Amino acid sequence: MKYAFFPGCVSRGGCSELYPSAVAVAEKLGIELDELTSASCTGAGVLQEKDQRLGDTLNARTFAMAEQKGLPIMTICSTCQGVMSQANHRLTHDPSYLAEVNQELKPEGLEYRGTVTIKHLLWILMEEIGADNLRPLITRPLTGMRVAPFYGCYILRPSWALGLEEAPERETSLERVIELVGAEPVDFPGKSLCCGFPILTINEKNSLAMVARHTGDARERGADAMVTPCPLCHLNLDGYQPKAASTHGSKPDMPILHLPQLLGLAMGLSPRVLGLQRHIVSASRLLDKVKVRA
Amino acid sequence: MQAHLRVRRFDPEEPAPQPRYQDYTVEAEDYFTVLDALIKIREEEDGTLAVRCSCRSSVCGSCAMRINGHATLACKTKLTDASKGRDVVLVEPMGNMPVVKDLVTDLQSFWDKVWAVEPFLQPQGPVPEQEYLASNESMVHLTGVMNCIMCGACVSDCTVLAVDPNFLAPAALAKAYRFVADPRDGASKERLRALSQYGGIWDCTRCLECVQVCPKDVAPMDRIMTLRDKAMQAGYTSTYGARHTIAFSELLKESGRLDELRLPVMTFGIFNLPRMLSLVPVGLRALVRGKMPPIFHRAIPGVEHIRRSFRSAEAKR
Ligand code: SF4
Ligand code: SF4
Ligand code: FES
Repeated sequence: MKYAFFPGCVSRGGCSELYPSAVAVAEKLGIELDELTSASCTGAGVLQEKDQRLGDTLNARTFAMAEQKGLPIMTICSTCQGVMSQANHRLTHDPSYLAEVNQELKPEGLEYRGTVTIKHLLWILMEEIGADNLRPLITRPLTGMRVAPFYGCYILRPSWALGLEEAPERETSLERVIELVGAEPVDFPGKSLCCGFPILTINEKNSLAMVARHTGDARERGADAMVTPCPLCHLNLDGYQPKAASTHGSKPDMPILHLPQLLGLAMGLSPRVLGLQRHIVSASRLLDKVKVRA
Repeated sequence: MQAHLRVRRFDPEEPAPQPRYQDYTVEAEDYFTVLDALIKIREEEDGTLAVRCSCRSSVCGSCAMRINGHATLACKTKLTDASKGRDVVLVEPMGNMPVVKDLVTDLQSFWDKVWAVEPFLQPQGPVPEQEYLASNESMVHLTGVMNCIMCGACVSDCTVLAVDPNFLAPAALAKAYRFVADPRDGASKERLRALSQYGGIWDCTRCLECVQVCPKDVAPMDRIMTLRDKAMQAGYTSTYGARHTIAFSELLKESGRLDELRLPVMTFGIFNLPRMLSLVPVGLRALVRGKMPPIFHRAIPGVEHIRRSFRSAEAKR
């Protein structure tokens, strides 16, 4: 199984623990990664505020590179996944638009033919690898751990761009991964809502209110940790949890795991390789609970 | 077919009003919508159930409610679709607004916000002898947003409104777009100035809920994004929101990828001491944990092509 790997900016920046943990987990899963080193940022929905067509052009460039390799794309970020899926949806549903965008790619000798599939690691796990092949790899089941799933907006909406109509099980894929690693999924209202990261610099008060609400709701329902396939959600839920807690009178004690960290733990990888020591909210009590030494 | 519905009930006139859930089983025809089932319950089983509806054909906008957790029109949702893969269809009133009774909500704040964006044309200049003329091309793109039936579904599920009642919210902002983008309107610039204030276009968190739930494909968030672009083009670039978008784009143009260290500095401005200082504790915590973006930011290979695309996009605008 081979993928053109699109790691995104944040997995090597603000969440630098994500990239190595994803690579380590991919190796265990037998996924061969061919990294798209010349690919640009997706625009993250921010560039698209100013110029959607320009955003689509940058993403078409990345798609063309994957097409040249003859590989599907693997993402490890809900936001990258969503922005790329939306761009691909527009490009593949309007041939004249695709032709116009391709004009922009010509000077670089690239052309996007509209054939690329883009899949988050979360979907690859459930759809390509499958529960039956995954189960034997779980050598350290996280029995007794209660985990609240937190998807991130962009991997859920809009459903038509993300193929959720054809594959509705994607909407509950995190819960199934949590079960597969031997932990117990905690249902809570925030799981499909916004983490608040996009407005962090614009309206910090509202952004922190979202962090406080989601971490609080998860705690109230007995979660030991939350898991997210989105590093931007991680930046806010983990990085800003202390500030959110101090403004809302709660305790910053809800560890936030990246999806590959949860998997990696259950596959016997060391917390250090997974970068668990790099979180702002310490994961040490969580590790004690499943008797893993940091 | 038999369908099972779990309906959230609430009656403010009870002695100690408390929301509760009540289960109903209905004998339904294949063609039934969720609204048909609710009406059947009300008519045949429980006359106390409050439901609001009128047209029954997704035109009037009065039957919006949450079905299986998401706001939608009950008359547009087929019961068979809503029951797919579940034992019971969950029916609740819309969120982000007070409940009058059961599934009927009070839309007063919704209307207040629509009114606040001055949803009427404000032409300027001398009044023409006959009507105001506008070309077909300049109007046809507005038909999408004019499809809004004021049902409130987008507002019900807006994630910012859930934490901040001051937010103008998607329906009113989409309505504002409808007038800003109307070639006959003379107040667009003033509208954009007002919309750039706290509670306006920059407070949207881009969660896409409104795009997902709108039964009329109005795509309110996309309208908000266009308003942001129009506001920046009109020169309203001093808000943190505008500064963030401009800085993000410039950094992307420079290196092809995000420079997380420079983005907040450029957004807030290096001399903006209170905001820069507010970053210190967060930055220190990250530093202690070794969770910092690299200080030396490298451009991607082929960045000159990214820059060229930026220049060509700028020339086109
Ligand atoms: S995208 Fe913006 S306006 Fe729409 S629901 Fe989300 S926060 Fe509200
Ligand atoms: S934008 Fe859509 S969801 Fe919102 S009020 Fe109008 S029709 Fe209803
Ligand atoms: S009853 Fe009119 S929109 Fe549903």
